[in-house]
Amino acid sequence: MAAVTEAPPLTPTPEKKPPRKRGKWTPYWLLLPGILWLIIFFALPMIYQASTSVQTGSLEEGYKVTWHFATYWDALAEYWPQFLRSVFYAAGATVLCLLLGYPLAYLIAFRAGRWRNLIMILVIAPFFTSFLIRTLAWKTILADNGPVVGALNTLHVLDVTSWLGWTAGDRVLATPLAVVCGLTYNFLPFMILPLYTSLERIDGRLHEAAGDLYAKPWTTFRKVTFPLSMPGVVSGTLLTFIPAAGDYVNAELLGSTDTRMIGNVIQTQFLRILDYPTAAALSFILMAAILLMVTIYIRRSGTEDLV
Amino acid sequence: MPFVNWLKRHLVVIAGLLTLAYLLLPNVVVTVFSFNKPKGRFNYEWQQFSTDAWKDPCGVADMCGSLSLSLQIALWATIGATLLGTMIAFALVRYRFRARGAVNSLIFLPMAMPEVVMAASLLTLFLNMGAQLGFWTILIAHIMFCLSFVVTAVKARVMSMDPRLEQAAQDLYAGPAQTFLRVTLPIAAPGIAAGALLSFALSFDDFIITNFNAGSTVTFPMFVWGSAQRGTPVQINVIGTAMFLVAVLLVLSSMVVTNRRNKQKA
Repeated sequence: MAAVTEAPPLTPTPEKKPPRKRGKWTPYWLLLPGILWLIIFFALPMIYQASTSVQTGSLEEGYKVTWHFATYWDALAEYWPQFLRSVFYAAGATVLCLLLGYPLAYLIAFRAGRWRNLIMILVIAPFFTSFLIRTLAWKTILADNGPVVGALNTLHVLDVTSWLGWTAGDRVLATPLAVVCGLTYNFLPFMILPLYTSLERIDGRLHEAAGDLYAKPWTTFRKVTFPLSMPGVVSGTLLTFIPAAGDYVNAELLGSTDTRMIGNVIQTQFLRILDYPTAAALSFILMAAILLMVTIYIRRSGTEDLV
Repeated sequence: MPFVNWLKRHLVVIAGLLTLAYLLLPNVVVTVFSFNKPKGRFNYEWQQFSTDAWKDPCGVADMCGSLSLSLQIALWATIGATLLGTMIAFALVRYRFRARGAVNSLIFLPMAMPEVVMAASLLTLFLNMGAQLGFWTILIAHIMFCLSFVVTAVKARVMSMDPRLEQAAQDLYAGPAQTFLRVTLPIAAPGIAAGALLSFALSFDDFIITNFNAGSTVTFPMFVWGSAQRGTPVQINVIGTAMFLVAVLLVLSSMVVTNRRNKQKA
């Protein structure tokens, strides 16, 4: 079909191979300081931690590597509820972030017009107020005699959520709902920004084309916009899920002893109980679990070139 | 049903604005409660309007000390991470060399790792080395986790830059140093600035990694964390509000400057 002219490429051109330059050693000199820093303070600590996790002993007498792998089983046997909870809370927060973040990213990318920059500023600016201060503000917002709890009570929402086990009685604070709400809030910008970047790259003419072919707005979204925004969805969900699963700040400030996540356990083991082998084993299990889930997720969503 | 139709047409806008409200609600609360005069130790309930805390922002013991420590650490971490990260980014974009894949994964991994894992492993290293926890261990940790973000930001910018510009400069008899300073660096500057800004914000706000590796040194986030248990002074809300305002003003003024420049060019 010679008559059909080739359409201009809608996706950005793939990364060009860097040109070879003179100065064979130059790249290595450029890399050396930064890479050394990462090897010494990122990779090496992982090795130290791996060795710590198979040590036995005590603080007083010192630790020795005894290849005591049982620490892993004991840690899993004791703390599997916290592991499970972390995955559930992080997954819940990620889904909520996607549901809340998508409309806002879409709004900024396609509908904001001259308000675009202002909305962008309002998304980024809260970052600069310490996230701990903002998380503490949720204590005020969700307070027992505050307006939010009052409204939810009047609408009998709390009856339903209590029945589901998300809240307890007339309270929102110190319940799973409060923790998930805090996690969602904290990592929402990490969802919005990648979503916005990938939505913004979409050629507006595609929407017009879909409309010309009699697609309704919802169909256009389902068949054109959403598939094209998949890179943003994938990196957004990863950027929310991974930090949310390891977070212990929200569970500590907004939750109770019943909402402790694995991050809380690692922090307590490491900094208060000083049981280093167990803490090291726990953080290795967390790392392995997350790497596994992320790999499966990236494989299934078919965007391996993402990273 | 005109209302339902209107709602349907503007559903995205309404949902988006509701999310924006959700994002900004805590900042509103922080601002409002910076004018509160609490009765007890905790500033969680509204009592009475007062500007006391704004008149005396450093009236709380140790708070402004921790604030200035955090600013210093963030400044040095930004300088360190931006320098090292920019060098790595240039090497990755501009040169072909062996182990490129390995370097890329080493850059990516810290961003894909839960903070608590990095924090705990770094502490094991420091404990094994017998390092004194404090300013230096915090700084080392902050440079480590900011590095990857700088590399990513600078790489994105340098990658989209036309290599012919540098060739043109060299054709016009510019030396390597002159080409770099007069052509390459100015074009890469927005990426470097974005990386630096991100480093500063990340370092200033970091709690988890600092909590593990600070020893008895108290940065501002750690002060806030401690005060959540002991009773939060109103001054924390004052600082929070001021940080938000400074950020908005900074971004607005930078936008005004770029707008003007664009107009001058046009």
